[in-house]
Amino acid sequence: MAPLKVRGVKRVIDFAVKVRVAPGGRGVQEQGVKHSMNPFCEIALEEAVRLREKGDAAEVIAVSVGTRQSQETLRTALAVGADRAVLVEVPEGGGAAPGPREVAAALRKVVERERPHVVLLGKQAIDDDCNQTGQILAALLGWPQATCISHLSLDPSAHSALLHREVDGGWERLRLRLPALLTADLRLNQPRYATLPNIMKAKKKPLELLPLAELLGTPPPPPRLRVLSLEEPPGRQGGQRVENVAALLERLAAAGRI
Amino acid sequence: MPVYLAPWRASPCAFQSSRSESMPNLASDGVVCAPLQTFTEEETMLKNMVTKFAQERVAPLVQKMDENSKMEDSVIQGLFEQGLMSIELGEEYGGTGASFFSIILVVEELAKVDPAVSLLCELQNTLTNKLFTTYGTEEQKRTYLPRVAKDTIGSFCLSEAGSGSDAFALKTRAEKRGDYYVINGSKMWISLAEHAGVFFVMANTDPSLGYRGITCFIVDRDTEGLHVGKKEDKLGIRASSTCPVTFENVKVPETNILGQVGQGYKYAIGMLNTGRIGIAAQMLGLAQGCFDHTIPYTKERVQFGKSIFDFQGMQHQIAQVATQLEAARLLTYNAARLAETGRPFIKEASMAKYYAAEVATLTTSKCIEWMGGVGFTKNYPIEKYYRDCKIGTIYEGTSNIQLSTIAKSLAKEY
Repeated sequence: MAPLKVRGVKRVIDFAVKVRVAPGGRGVQEQGVKHSMNPFCEIALEEAVRLREKGDAAEVIAVSVGTRQSQETLRTALAVGADRAVLVEVPEGGGAAPGPREVAAALRKVVERERPHVVLLGKQAIDDDCNQTGQILAALLGWPQATCISHLSLDPSAHSALLHREVDGGWERLRLRLPALLTADLRLNQPRYATLPNIMKAKKKPLELLPLAELLGTPPPPPRLRVLSLEEPPGRQGGQRVENVAALLERLAAAGRI
Repeated sequence: MPVYLAPWRASPCAFQSSRSESMPNLASDGVVCAPLQTFTEEETMLKNMVTKFAQERVAPLVQKMDENSKMEDSVIQGLFEQGLMSIELGEEYGGTGASFFSIILVVEELAKVDPAVSLLCELQNTLTNKLFTTYGTEEQKRTYLPRVAKDTIGSFCLSEAGSGSDAFALKTRAEKRGDYYVINGSKMWISLAEHAGVFFVMANTDPSLGYRGITCFIVDRDTEGLHVGKKEDKLGIRASSTCPVTFENVKVPETNILGQVGQGYKYAIGMLNTGRIGIAAQMLGLAQGCFDHTIPYTKERVQFGKSIFDFQGMQHQIAQVATQLEAARLLTYNAARLAETGRPFIKEASMAKYYAAEVATLTTSKCIEWMGGVGFTKNYPIEKYYRDCKIGTIYEGTSNIQLSTIAKSLAKEY
């Protein structure tokens, strides 16, 4: 039986946009700013679709936790090749966006409902750079996990996954028993473009809306983190030129840097 | 409803492309007043995909293609693979069945990166595919449409050395011999001829009838007697080939006549009307792409202690250009939506093409000035946009022809 995959995707501000701190200093300007799928989520999605094309997976389900606008990200996921999509809807304007803990709690409910064999997430989102959701979700589920993977192959008959992780010392090779949770790193693959025919077909694929409160069965807990302030980094100062290495060392010593 | 809003009353099918559930429905009597820059979900996804594709697969090759005056095979293949050469074609022919407006969006996005690549996509979609689907017999459609959707580029042969704007003065002859025709003549300024696999050849079957003898023939590239000459060494859109094509006793079966004998002139005019909107989109994308490269530079470049963008003189010039760009965009989008919904659009299409070409010329010229010395060198992409824009006022109907067309439409209105 070929495994099912669940893929988490997140809608974030597009990486090419120049981000500005919003008035009030508590967040960044999001209104009218271009958003797109988190690049690491794109990589995870590509891997899931490839596994389905190879025959190692039966179905790819794309899941997102966010406001209704995340539908556009899920449609893109469908256009790239996911079979179904689920949006766990968070009401708009409800204060801070859900953090990793809240997202993991919601995803856990979806996983319990769908019973996939593999959950693939991007290693981190480029807006908060938390790198936590995958790990927390694995702990909540009690599943084996491998984060920052750069190579994956499934062995459905043996119910295991063989993968590489990039770690400080080099590569780590792991074999995980399924069901397992994996998070994708940059070099896992090169995501494809959604071809025009697939974009047109995406409209016909099912996209389910699930309000968060309904999914959890209880009102969602308040966010555990509060942003106190946000500042832009200091402007770039001009550099100084020195004649040679000796002068450089002298300057650095004089400035107390070495 | 107030009188001044009456012109905005649209039939329920207006502003709706084939799939438009996400359009807002503001009034119960079927009037839809969405801004022109409202897209369906698919159109938005398509636009995003093409932006990425253009940035990643086309942008790195632009300078090389321009220098060598040659389109890279990987770019052509990429366009076919992504389904961008068969946007409006039905799925039964291997196309995508998207809206006409989608073509305009794709052409605009591609032109922001390379107007020559955009031209290839534009001609295939608005000319080649449209000619087949509008006038082709079932047999012709079944033979050629799957090919043009998959890997065959089409090329439209109308102009000759002696007939440009005066297109119907063409001299290429087609003589009937039983169940086939023999074509003799030579065409000039034929876009995409270098890579094309199939040609639409406008030839006159009976010069005594004047333009009513002009007939459109479908000719495969490997037909004996068809010769594609050396491509022109051009000022701009150099990656797009422009060649003379000669016909020496080229035999074409009767079954390869597109539509009917003597109706070719009508087809040419009809196709060029929609083609105009495509060219407007190309010029629009060109201007926008050039503008998008320039403004960040003006904000970084510091002179006299502040960024050059902060000088009021510069700001006024930039704002004027941006306003005209927006006007060109709205003219183009509106003409496209009109064409899509089957409403009259000839005047609007001419206005869009004329205006977009003029705006492209103005924008690129100003952008070079704003970039200063750097804008003048080939290290930066700006000077290419400046060279590319000039063709906009010339091909697919010169600006003068557009103005005459607009005037003719106006004459009928009063």
